[in-house]
Amino acid sequence: MANLTINGKTFTLDVEPDTPLLWAIRENAGLTGTKYGCGIAQCGACTVHIDGVAMRSCGVSVSEAAAKKITTIEGLASGDSLHKVQEAWIAQDVPQCGYCQSGMIMAVAALLSEKPKPTDADIDEAITNICRCGTFAQVREAIHTIASA
Amino acid sequence: MNKHVSPRLNRRAFVIGTAAVGAGLAIGLDIPFGGPAVVRAADGSPEIGAWVVVRPDDTVVIRIARSEMGQGSLTGLAQLVAEELECDWTKVTTEYPTPGQSVARKRVWGDFSTGGSRGIRSSQDYVRKGGATARVMLIQAAADGWKVPASECAAANSVITHTPSGKTTTYGKVAEAAAKLTPPSDVKLKDPKDWKLIGKGVKRLDTVDKTTGAMIYGADVKLPGMLNAAIKDCPVFGGKLKSFDEAKIAGMKGVKKVVKVGDTAVAVVADTWWHAKTALEALPIVWDEGDNAKVSSESIAKWLAEGLDDKQPAYVGNKNGDAKAAIAGAAKKVEAVYSYPYQNHATMEPMNATALYTADRCEVWCGTQNGEAAFAAVLEASGLPAEKCDVHKVMPGGGFGRRGQTDYVRQAVLIAKEMPGTPIKLLWSREEDMAHGRYHPITQCKMTGAFDANNNLVALHYRLSGQSILFSLRPEALQNGMDPAAFQGVAQSGEAAFGYSVPNLLVEHAMRNPHVPPGFWRGVNVNHNAIYMECFMDELAQAAGQDPLEFRRKLMGNHPKHLAVLNAVAEKIGWTTPAPQGVYRGIAQVMGYGSYVAGAAEISVTDGSKIKVHRIVASTDPGYVVNPAQVERQIAGSFVYGLSALFYGGCTVKGGKIEQTNFDTYNSMRINEMPKVESVMVPSGGFWGGVGEPTIGVAAPAVLNAYFAATGKRIRSVPLRDQNITFA
Repeated sequence: MANLTINGKTFTLDVEPDTPLLWAIRENAGLTGTKYGCGIAQCGACTVHIDGVAMRSCGVSVSEAAAKKITTIEGLASGDSLHKVQEAWIAQDVPQCGYCQSGMIMAVAALLSEKPKPTDADIDEAITNICRCGTFAQVREAIHTIASA
Repeated sequence: MNKHVSPRLNRRAFVIGTAAVGAGLAIGLDIPFGGPAVVRAADGSPEIGAWVVVRPDDTVVIRIARSEMGQGSLTGLAQLVAEELECDWTKVTTEYPTPGQSVARKRVWGDFSTGGSRGIRSSQDYVRKGGATARVMLIQAAADGWKVPASECAAANSVITHTPSGKTTTYGKVAEAAAKLTPPSDVKLKDPKDWKLIGKGVKRLDTVDKTTGAMIYGADVKLPGMLNAAIKDCPVFGGKLKSFDEAKIAGMKGVKKVVKVGDTAVAVVADTWWHAKTALEALPIVWDEGDNAKVSSESIAKWLAEGLDDKQPAYVGNKNGDAKAAIAGAAKKVEAVYSYPYQNHATMEPMNATALYTADRCEVWCGTQNGEAAFAAVLEASGLPAEKCDVHKVMPGGGFGRRGQTDYVRQAVLIAKEMPGTPIKLLWSREEDMAHGRYHPITQCKMTGAFDANNNLVALHYRLSGQSILFSLRPEALQNGMDPAAFQGVAQSGEAAFGYSVPNLLVEHAMRNPHVPPGFWRGVNVNHNAIYMECFMDELAQAAGQDPLEFRRKLMGNHPKHLAVLNAVAEKIGWTTPAPQGVYRGIAQVMGYGSYVAGAAEISVTDGSKIKVHRIVASTDPGYVVNPAQVERQIAGSFVYGLSALFYGGCTVKGGKIEQTNFDTYNSMRINEMPKVESVMVPSGGFWGGVGEPTIGVAAPAVLNAYFAATGKRIRSVPLRDQNITFA
């Protein structure tokens, strides 16, 4: 059993301590917005915030995440108000298949909370998620739109 | 020759031919006295023809048979219907009919297959007619109500107006009456110059849920009582499952059952997928690898190289004059050998399907590029007839051709059959996805060009050796053994025609089919044919001492549409003006999927091995552009996919298996490596070409030609990582 605080709610989950956080979120907490892409922290589809820091949840165990504040894509909005990154994603029509976009949005939200006006170089360094559809130009434009708002 | 290849699967024809015809599954059927049947959607709203449902609140539901997988066709197809329907675009929503419903209604929605960049171009005619038919019926219903001639009424934005009196009503108000009318047998479509919605870059209809985590992909499907399965198929293609030691994992947490899947695979079913995967990894498995275990990349390369020899048999795909004689008597000749490797689709979401089997019903939920092929796989694997099966399409996390295959659907049904009444979600690990792709086929190509004394190209011999996709996947489409699709981009005519006139030409294919299963990988055979031909064109230009653009132009006089897109990129990139200091340019063009495309790249190279791509310009003439915002994204995405394969891709074979296991060994481009693609759309009208795939053909050769301009070194094999060339 493990207690996890996800999106402000405490979940008591029947899960082994070495289970990757990704699978505890998806299968035990039932929040499927966080995606499985590689399982080896390469692609970023499973990116969540742990105490505000973007982390690849497939590479973090449940025991490491216990007692920390976890935010998933489902918890990014405040009530009915979408997060500014989600709004920009809709305005710029960023997603294609969309499977990587939960992780992409979480990575961008973390970048913007740290650097509200990132340069292209900042974006290049911080956003390392794979998108096989190739939405990179829209991702970059949307970040700059938020930064210049 | 090289007509568009779209043979029917025999088994699908069987399904269609024997299916019970009657009411759809979620669709009700009223049979009133004296009139045609009113077909109702699940919520009770009436169909106005098969493509359109109008709700009382004026919401228009447009049926989409093709699959959305990120390429935007869902939105584009809805635009086509809405253009003719004259409905309020802000009130449009879409739904997928199921293949079971379609079969039950004599395939009223046509082909579900979403590959070959066909989504829009192969259905544009009948979906626009579907919209126009509904409009005529709605107007007629309003006119009948007003007792005025329909010719005095017009519709716009879901409002019908009786022009002489100014009376108005809405689609929602007359839908019930319209549904009772007999559909007109022939409707006239708008002249393209009158289009209002087609050609507009309207927003996609499916974005919001993709930003909140609410979109349900196949891997996210949840059904009551569902269990999860992880699978391992024999890593050597063609090998078999010999044995496994179930007792070793019997006590592991959550494990419910270990299932043999066909002759080649084993699956563990558990409460969670993580438990299933963990137990599967602990399961001792013995494979019967068979003779294919002796095959390696080296043995394949050697076999293909033998096929480049003129004395070996080959199929002729395009020919004029006598290339061999002209080469023998030429003043100068140039020769080069190129190769292109296997590539995995590596969709972001690994293959998966959820199946529920009971003694008299089998249903599957999955992402698929071809609902009907998935349906056929369900019938075959379940052994149940069409009226007892169905497939519910959910959003796929990428397709790129991989999800046109149905291997994962079949596996899910076979597992579910072992546990009747329990829904089973089968999800492949990334490693399984890398090991069991349907790979871009492997080929080599030897090209010989010959010049006369005035440096005019007089002959070209293009000899391809390697794998045929159709041989493996659609043998019924071979033409006396020849794979016509192997000549995509270098064909004599048709939707992937060669864009150059060479007086003596010989294009041939020595077919050699290794055991690694090939598949339709975004761009398919255009990929390697465009790399070979367009890089060699640059070699020929250099041998002739001519500018690569000018050299091409001289050969393209009879190919004005090919030339127009080439000119468009040349102009946009500023070919005739000097590039910035240290920056070099490359250019390429090809035709594929009915569209003409060209690309140009500006790159700089550090230490001969670090490439920075500064600019990419791409031009396309798909005849008509339905949604320029989505076409722009398909063009850019084609570069990301094509350049990822060029720099980082390539699947190698050792011991009969694929060596790459995950994104650490099969990498993909990131945002820092990819410049914005500047697209130039030059739709010339009069034909409908595809946009999802053709541009990928020019991505790699544009960069490789720029690399030569920068370094004087020709790269003739892919991927660049094998030559220690990477992004700066």
